[in-house]
Amino acid sequence: MKEQNYWKKNIQYVSMLLLIWFSVSYGAGILFKDSLDQIYIGGFPLGFWFAQQGSIYVFVVLIFVYVRLMNKLDKQFGYDTDGEENA
Amino acid sequence: MTVQLWTYVIVGITFALYIGIAIMSRAGSTKEFYVANEGVSPLANGMATAADWMSAASFISMAGLISFMGYDGAVYLMGWTGGYVLLALLLAPYLRKFGQFTVPDFIGERYYSKTARLVAVFCALLVSFTYVAGQMRGVGVVFSRFLEVDITTGVIIGMFIVLFYAVLGGMKGITYTQVAQYCVLIFAFMVPAIFISIQFTGNPIPQLGFGSRGTDGVYLLEKLNGLSAELGFAEYTQGVKSRLDVFAITAALMVGTAGLPHVIIRFFTVKKVSDARKSAGLALLFIAILYTAAPAVAVFARTNLIATVSGQPYALMPQWFSNWETTGLLQFIDKNGDGLIQYTADALRNELTVDRDIMVLANPEIANLPEWVIALVAAGGLAAALSTAAGLLLVISSSVSHDLVKSVFKPNITDQQELVIARLSAVGAVCVAGYFGINPPGFVAAVVALAFGLAAASFFPAIMLGIFYKKMNKEGAVAGMVVGILLMLFYMLKFKFGLFDGGMEAVPGLQKEWWFGISPEGFGFVAMIVNFAVSLAINAFTPDPPDEVQEMVEYIRIPSGAGKPTH
Repeated sequence: MKEQNYWKKNIQYVSMLLLIWFSVSYGAGILFKDSLDQIYIGGFPLGFWFAQQGSIYVFVVLIFVYVRLMNKLDKQFGYDTDGEENA
Repeated sequence: MTVQLWTYVIVGITFALYIGIAIMSRAGSTKEFYVANEGVSPLANGMATAADWMSAASFISMAGLISFMGYDGAVYLMGWTGGYVLLALLLAPYLRKFGQFTVPDFIGERYYSKTARLVAVFCALLVSFTYVAGQMRGVGVVFSRFLEVDITTGVIIGMFIVLFYAVLGGMKGITYTQVAQYCVLIFAFMVPAIFISIQFTGNPIPQLGFGSRGTDGVYLLEKLNGLSAELGFAEYTQGVKSRLDVFAITAALMVGTAGLPHVIIRFFTVKKVSDARKSAGLALLFIAILYTAAPAVAVFARTNLIATVSGQPYALMPQWFSNWETTGLLQFIDKNGDGLIQYTADALRNELTVDRDIMVLANPEIANLPEWVIALVAAGGLAAALSTAAGLLLVISSSVSHDLVKSVFKPNITDQQELVIARLSAVGAVCVAGYFGINPPGFVAAVVALAFGLAAASFFPAIMLGIFYKKMNKEGAVAGMVVGILLMLFYMLKFKFGLFDGGMEAVPGLQKEWWFGISPEGFGFVAMIVNFAVSLAINAFTPDPPDEVQEMVEYIRIPSGAGKPTH
């Protein structure tokens, strides 16, 4: 049961993060590029910026958020202690 | 000091460094040879993964490609970074927990069949050889221009260096040389980028620089859009590909990234599952430094090129122009005989052909940067090409020694015998790679892009279903991989090489026949969906996997105890 709960929570986190992953790259950078391009930040049309800069920054942040969430979850379920040294 | 002398010095120092590291980290067992004894720290693994990943294509070709593609270049930027999100969230932690040596190991165990393992070996070899060909050609280009040796000699020197540390140290040697190579390549990429950004915009951060105003007070991108339009090219920030194709190529590259064996095996080298996650994040951070600077370099290089050559007299071209003309990568034909360089989108009137690969390499010269910066770029290009080549060679040699010889043909050999075979296959692989380097197939990045399609079409679905769908069985997975990779191969041979329509000349004409208007580079996305569909359909009509396999799936989902054997 504990395993199932852990796995469920994991799937929840992953789906949430992948939703953001999809919206910044395929959403803002491709599908909605043209409408976002009407907005400028500095010399960048916003859609172009997402496609060539913004999405990459968000990707990096997403992985680190995932690392944090999972480390917390591992701790909560007691899956964090049993590393190499105990094997 | 001249550029050439500087290049000899800097390249010499970096090569000595790689060889020194190789001698210090020799491998004594197969575990050391294949996975560096699972003792690599997340930071070192992050850097090694970044170097492993960033190839001659990223370093030499990418910014150049983007500078000619404008917005469309985003397919490489998002595709080759977004895949790390998939890798970190969907694959790396579980594969680390599984804890074996190779990707075919996982496929073979998870799908409890030698056939599955053999199909995986075939896919791994096909992907890796496609990819390594591009690296060796990159090595050759750098050597021929900067050290003024011919391409063949350049490739042979490169082969010896890689041979030395890959054969001696295996994954252990490769990992620590890759850490050094990352430092060299990122420094070599960023220094000219920062210099040029300051020159153009006064802003030392290239990522911000290309969105600021140039010295004339006009936003750089606006100016470039204007220049492009004047010469008949598409607006830089718009691009010409259909949105659907951009979507498909981005997806194929992302999924392909996550399915590339030489990237995946890097995550077998860390101690525990949480380290695998963390090093995926660090790897992407290190990669992002180059990937966010590349589009800036692209804009600077493009603006610079147009400003320097367009409509200018050929006789007044600077030294770099003739340097690159001698390599054949830059060509000027004075069609109308007026002595001026006409550079336009109209193929009939255009007089200048620029090989995309030289944009990064020539950029420091075009921008008049000091000699040592130019030399540094040469060392960076070599670091990028060699680090990736080494990672790929390890996949090739472990596929042969571990997955074919040890697991299928001669299970009784000892660890030491397997190690000898691993080293011998590394030697064989280097020779094949060298052959491709001397007889290169087309653009570096274009060839590499196809390797992603193959990886997306074969590995990604099989691995992902293997982790997230406990009831996935061998019949489904094998059928999916076979159909996926064959479909991708067919599409690639038909539309990229014109194999069924009379050869390369037919390729441009076939563009109208692309299925759903999707290019061969993006077709990996379609082939991946087909793989998923076939896997699930066959799975529905065939028996569930045995209980112990289902238990293994539950086992790899839990992060603790990664040091224990799987079964």
